[in-house]
Amino acid sequence: MKKLGIPLLEFFNVNYSYHTISCETQTLKDISFKLNKNEFISFVGPSGCGKTTLLNLTAGLLPLSSGAIRINGKPREESDVNIGYMLQKDHLLEWRTIYRNLTLGLEIQKKKDASHIEMMEELLKTYGLWDFRNAYPRQLSGGMRQRAALIRTLALSPEILLLDEPFSALDYQTRLNVSNDIGSIIKEKGISTLLVTHDLAEAISMADKVIVLSKRPGTIKSIIPIEFGDNRRTPESARNAPEFNKYYNQIWEAIHDENEDFS
Amino acid sequence: MMKTKTSVKNAQTEYVRKIKRRQFLIRLYQILIFITFLFLWEYTAKHGIINDFIFCCPSKLFATFVSMLKDGSLLHHIGITLYETLIGFVIVILGSLGMATLFWWNQTLSKVLEPYLVILNALPKSALAPVLIVWLGANKTTIIVCACSVAIFGSILNLYTGFISVDADKIKLIKTLKGSRFQCLKLVVLPSNVPNIISIMKVNIGLCLVGVVIGEFLAAREGLGYLIIYGSQTFKMSNVLLSILILCVIAMLLYTLLQHIEKKLAEYF
Ligand SMILES: Nc1ncnc2c1ncn2[C@@H]1O[C@H](COP(=O)(O)OP(=O)(O)OP(=O)(O)O)[C@@H](O)[C@H]1O
Ligand SMILES: [Mg+2]
Repeated sequence: MKKLGIPLLEFFNVNYSYHTISCETQTLKDISFKLNKNEFISFVGPSGCGKTTLLNLTAGLLPLSSGAIRINGKPREESDVNIGYMLQKDHLLEWRTIYRNLTLGLEIQKKKDASHIEMMEELLKTYGLWDFRNAYPRQLSGGMRQRAALIRTLALSPEILLLDEPFSALDYQTRLNVSNDIGSIIKEKGISTLLVTHDLAEAISMADKVIVLSKRPGTIKSIIPIEFGDNRRTPESARNAPEFNKYYNQIWEAIHDENEDFS
Repeated sequence: MMKTKTSVKNAQTEYVRKIKRRQFLIRLYQILIFITFLFLWEYTAKHGIINDFIFCCPSKLFATFVSMLKDGSLLHHIGITLYETLIGFVIVILGSLGMATLFWWNQTLSKVLEPYLVILNALPKSALAPVLIVWLGANKTTIIVCACSVAIFGSILNLYTGFISVDADKIKLIKTLKGSRFQCLKLVVLPSNVPNIISIMKVNIGLCLVGVVIGEFLAAREGLGYLIIYGSQTFKMSNVLLSILILCVIAMLLYTLLQHIEKKLAEYF
């Protein structure tokens, strides 16, 4: 969109099936899409259609059944692009302080050098968690914990960010705030992102494209580009833009044509 | 405004006072029961209601305690039993941590060995002790092995269960951060099992003591278990009862020690 050339992430006819003794569950069918640099794609689709599976495949947590995933033009296994993955729950380790939770990734990847630490501390200050660095996770509110989980992910300076319903455990007000915050950091740092969400408004407010998946086996039903007149938008301004409702209805219809019980 | 504040404060002190008083009463009753028991025992023995040759009596117990303390034999026997128990305990804890880790690492191996562990765990270990003596001889090693055999199988099973019930998403988190299997173990599995490990330790310190006493019954020339068995054979009932009493105290002290460690650790977790 912004820059031609090889996309950062490409799916080519990806299929995935889970195997159990009793049966084979085909979960993803013939998924192809591209994620460009600086682009934000939201995935919406019915429960169980394979959205988490799609992110797990991207992160390399699952082996492909067939098809290919290329990152920067190279097969996924060979690429050294850093991928950050944020799960639905924050999974902060209760026995570590916030500070030591946030350095977890750096510790694992042996990157605890001055420059990474400095960047992490910068994020900690920006997101109002500096005063809580020596607190334990249970002493933080849900929104703070989710921000901490984001910093833990960002501390590794990922080029691709995977977000699996990252705000769904939060109450409505906190969720708006945190998603605005996170939306702006992602834009500011120019991180390419795949977001999975059940919340259509959230999907639209941050995305450049929304991809609608069908129920299992998940196939791509439609790809809807999202463009607002004002191109300096924030998630908040997007929610109030005149085009917002048009996109909302368009996606709603794409989900509901054939599938009645989207939850 | 002022008035409600003071009355709230009074209610609070009133409440604290009530709780404190209750705790005091509970302690008082506990001590009273103990003293009454000692008194009845002494009284019935002195007046021939029970046979003090068989049932002994508190004053005799105390005399034995003092004389054995003076000639140093009591501390020697206690020392031996404690030593064997602690060595057994350390072996059980390290051994079961090692085995549980191995099983977590290789779940096929754990599936293969699980039925054997379950059987060994269910086996009454006192049945094993005579066999151990034949195999290993009547010495300290046998007693320590006996202590280990009582505790280790259950300990492995419990630890392993704790290891595999760690939240799968926490493991996924480490993997998304590109962590290895070893890092999953070090950063998530072991730390999240610390409370579990402590409670297993609390059970095992008692089991090791049981194992040591069984071992000493059969294979020792020293230790509290030996004192009990030797005393009962020679009708030195004061020795027997004194040893049992001391075993009670040791069991309680060891348990309290671990509880204390648990509290200290709880501050970190
Ligand atoms: N480990 C597994 N083994 C077998 N089947 C699985 C496994 N994980 C997921 N599935 C199945 O694959 C399908 C897709 O799962 P996935 O978690 O990707 O769905 P999802 O779109 O993320 O759903 P949700 O919106 O509820 O999070 C589901 O129907 C699920 O039952
Ligand atoms: Mg999911």
